[in-house]
Amino acid sequence: MSVFSRGFRGRRADSDTHLPPGQYLTEDFPVLTAGPTPRVDTDTWTFTLTTETGRSQSWTWKDFLALPQEHPHTDIHCVTRWSKLATDWTGVALDTFLDKVDTAADYALAYCYGDYTTNLPLEDLRHGQAWIVHEFDSHPLPPEHGGPARLLVPHLYLWKSAKWIRGVRLLDHDEPGFWEQAGYHDYGDPWREQRYWGD
Amino acid sequence: MAGHWRPATLLDHRREAATARTLVLHVAGWPGHQPGQHVDLRLTAEDGYTAQRSYSLAAPTSGDTIELTVQRVPDGEVSPYLVDVADIGDRSEVRGPLGGWFIWNTDQTTPVMLLAGGAGIVPLMAMVRARRDQHSTTLFRVLYSLRCPQERYYTDELGHHPHDDGLEVFFAYTRHAPPSQPRPPGRLTPAEIATHGLPPDLAPTCFVCGPTGFVESTADALLALGHHPRAVKTERFGPSKGSP
Amino acid sequence: MTTAHPPQPRYVDGNALAGPLAEIFAADLTPALRRCAHCHTVSAVAELHVYTHCPGLVARCPGCETLVLRLVRTDHTIWLDLGATGCIQLDLT
Repeated sequence: MSVFSRGFRGRRADSDTHLPPGQYLTEDFPVLTAGPTPRVDTDTWTFTLTTETGRSQSWTWKDFLALPQEHPHTDIHCVTRWSKLATDWTGVALDTFLDKVDTAADYALAYCYGDYTTNLPLEDLRHGQAWIVHEFDSHPLPPEHGGPARLLVPHLYLWKSAKWIRGVRLLDHDEPGFWEQAGYHDYGDPWREQRYWGD
Repeated sequence: MAGHWRPATLLDHRREAATARTLVLHVAGWPGHQPGQHVDLRLTAEDGYTAQRSYSLAAPTSGDTIELTVQRVPDGEVSPYLVDVADIGDRSEVRGPLGGWFIWNTDQTTPVMLLAGGAGIVPLMAMVRARRDQHSTTLFRVLYSLRCPQERYYTDELGHHPHDDGLEVFFAYTRHAPPSQPRPPGRLTPAEIATHGLPPDLAPTCFVCGPTGFVESTADALLALGHHPRAVKTERFGPSKGSP
Repeated sequence: MTTAHPPQPRYVDGNALAGPLAEIFAADLTPALRRCAHCHTVSAVAELHVYTHCPGLVARCPGCETLVLRLVRTDHTIWLDLGATGCIQLDLT
């Protein structure tokens, strides 16, 4: 039996805007977090890429800023149903980091300051699809949005864009991350509405 | 069973403050509840879309009728509907009563301190009203921190004048105080908790409710004043899940 | 750029778990005490730090923030993880 509440509509997708299924448009930038905000000093910050053979390469903050910088302009889609269009970021393409390592791995696991992790196919980090970003809207990325640096993979749901990124492990197998262990989809394509296991 | 949803019908409503309203709901078969408990309330749109939020029960058990006081959250999804749109006869669903931790047992005679930040006054009011309904003389001190007089709930029952039946209320306005208040606006301080609350050697049960920041600093102050950690019970409110 | 929420600790507490857990457990877990295996803090389930501004409910120890519980709910399924050694998928009929 369902009880219907007269006059209640809830949040609705803006019908004029082409959004992935089940999403609504927000002008705001909601802060989502599954734990305390890590406080990371750029003096000690590093980003490490580790291959499936155990070899690793690390970059300090200074190294990171010296790499070729890009300015992705993109839409972002959160699995909690909000979408934000035309966002601007500054950062380094994952292609730039991956060029420095030798790998035949198929999968990647991003890990972060704090205990957050997320997994995705290595292919989805390549070919201009992903960045490590340190600025949003031309300002330093604030801690609540993942600063000093986060992963940005806008073609997937935003939980894949791991905040407070610390490194990526390249793996032969898919290793479910924080939300993927708890019911969320291993891939997460918003256009195919891949939110949960089995979608 | 506390986990099941029951149909609820709006019987009555009354304004508590400019941005808040008390809703009186009829819930057939309501099993009764203890002061301090809450319900989850669910709304369903015509197309089946649902949204739910938790609300504290503002009044003690009274047959099949429950009362909730809802604060309108700016740009919220549910509260603007409940505060501005919902009318008598409108339907929703509730799940509860919920929460066996943050409850005041009316049989207890131990003194009680109630510390409220803003909308945190709601579950504490259920305790105040339960005490009144039982004609209890248990010592109750209420410390009510709020931004301004326009946001004050339960003005008839929590007046600015002292009571003489064991209930006393201290108001800490944080942004704008009414002209009648000599205290300048500011946050509730540990010294004020010590002065207007109850001393640790009376071993009062302390209930602290409100936004997380208020609860943390107030609970810390109680512990620093010497109240036993097990005597301090907390309930943190926050903005609603996920979306603004 | 504006953020949706004021700058304050971004968690509520285990009182917020009472409803969601009532769908799964017959007993109310919120007044029950938990001793953390990591930091040895004893606290009520009601005192856990519960993060609700995320794609599920995440409960952490108030002493050390170690992960205690994750719960994700859709219309027909509940995923419950009680210790990061494997998530239980409960299909609701």
